[in-house]
Amino acid sequence: MNISGRLNEFVDPTLTIWPWPIPLYLFVGGMAAGILFFCGLSYLQGKSTTLEAAVFKAPLLVPILLIVGLTALFYDLSHKLYFWRLYTSFRIEAPMSWGSWVLAVVTPLSFAWVAITNRQYLTVIYDKFQWLLKIEDFLVRNKKALAWMMIIFGILLGIYTGILLSAFNARPLWNSSILAILFLVSGLSTGASAITLFSKSKAERHYFAKIDLGLIGAELFLIIHFLMGLLAGVQVQIDAARMFLGGPYTVSFWLFVVVLGLAVPAILNVLELKGKKIPYYIAPILVIIGGLFLRFIIVYAGQVSTWM
Amino acid sequence: MRYAMAIDTKKCVGCTDCVVACQTENFVPIGSSRDWIVEEVKGKFPNLRMELRSERCNHCANAPCVRTCPTGSSHYADGGIILVTPNKCIGCGACVVSCPYDARYRHTGGHIDKCSFCHHRVTQGMKTACAMVCPTKCIHFGDIDDPESEISKILQTREYYTLIPEAGTEPQHFFLT
Repeated sequence: MNISGRLNEFVDPTLTIWPWPIPLYLFVGGMAAGILFFCGLSYLQGKSTTLEAAVFKAPLLVPILLIVGLTALFYDLSHKLYFWRLYTSFRIEAPMSWGSWVLAVVTPLSFAWVAITNRQYLTVIYDKFQWLLKIEDFLVRNKKALAWMMIIFGILLGIYTGILLSAFNARPLWNSSILAILFLVSGLSTGASAITLFSKSKAERHYFAKIDLGLIGAELFLIIHFLMGLLAGVQVQIDAARMFLGGPYTVSFWLFVVVLGLAVPAILNVLELKGKKIPYYIAPILVIIGGLFLRFIIVYAGQVSTWM
Repeated sequence: MRYAMAIDTKKCVGCTDCVVACQTENFVPIGSSRDWIVEEVKGKFPNLRMELRSERCNHCANAPCVRTCPTGSSHYADGGIILVTPNKCIGCGACVVSCPYDARYRHTGGHIDKCSFCHHRVTQGMKTACAMVCPTKCIHFGDIDDPESEISKILQTREYYTLIPEAGTEPQHFFLT
């Protein structure tokens, strides 16, 4: 099949309209979602003193992650001056609309949590801007509600990116409802890994190593399930799955995502929990890099996968 | 009222007059095309068959591009024609990703653009630019809800197909075989 008369940039010869900023945002968004989730959960479980990194340290990273992600998304827009149009409408059938509103809630929420858990460092600002104390007071009195919001919006943030990709029936690789859960689990996993890196307590690190082990297991299962679903689908879905099973993305996917990003950290976590001396930072760093690769490969491969 | 287009693949010669006429009529930026020619060769040498067809946005009745647009910039207009409102478009590219027919492109102005079925012409009773210039008169356009229209009549008399109907988009662009 030959096309003549068309050589549209970003569309021909294959779709490249979503370059690196998109998978970068998916990655930082997922990690932010994971940290927020475990932060809220740990706080509500009353484990603020034992899981200090989860409740106080790692959340410091979330506003930075979200600002990086939002900057990447904004940079990707080609009609930047109109970005505010996202916030003059809510379209329930468009996952990207949900996402823009979720981000509008999560970003201030993450700043709020950082502010109220670090009030001792902010007295200088409160002295100068007294009115901020009223807001801060309100937030502190509703700390429990904030924690619940972090859990709920953490899940929404982590899952909507997968729903977004799976809503594109034009991209056979993405058109699987498993992608939503896969992205959520991957986000929670990178979040748990980030918390481990921030932690100075061996007990906390072991706690999150156990959680991460479960999440990695779930992620491996979901990846197999995802590929099986594609192989049991229509021809274009089988072709999409074949990109990872002998096709151009085979080595990068299995090596960087599955082996180095999931299997090796899982083994390291098991050994560490059994008492072997392993530097605690290796497994989380591998999981985080694996999460980044997963997002990049799926976004790029998905644009290559097509019906025609 | 439902606007639709039918290309007679027995008459299309792939001259790309439709491409040029559209680019001229709609001020399409140099380097972009709203429509194009597809040459599909079937069979094994020496028993080969070639089909030529002029393709463009299919103005689907169940358009994924309208569904995934976060601002409502991509919308259904008169007769089911799908249009983009440039000052609502943020240029996110979701509609480009969601089109199984690769019909959309990034306009140099920053918004996303595509074939508009010459909405500004057809609402004045004129034909689309591509239909007007086609030298073999293989492009039929009209209201398929009107049984007396040229396109309704030709769809009654000829075999036709649509592209990727299994994608669930309900395309309103037909190809007469």
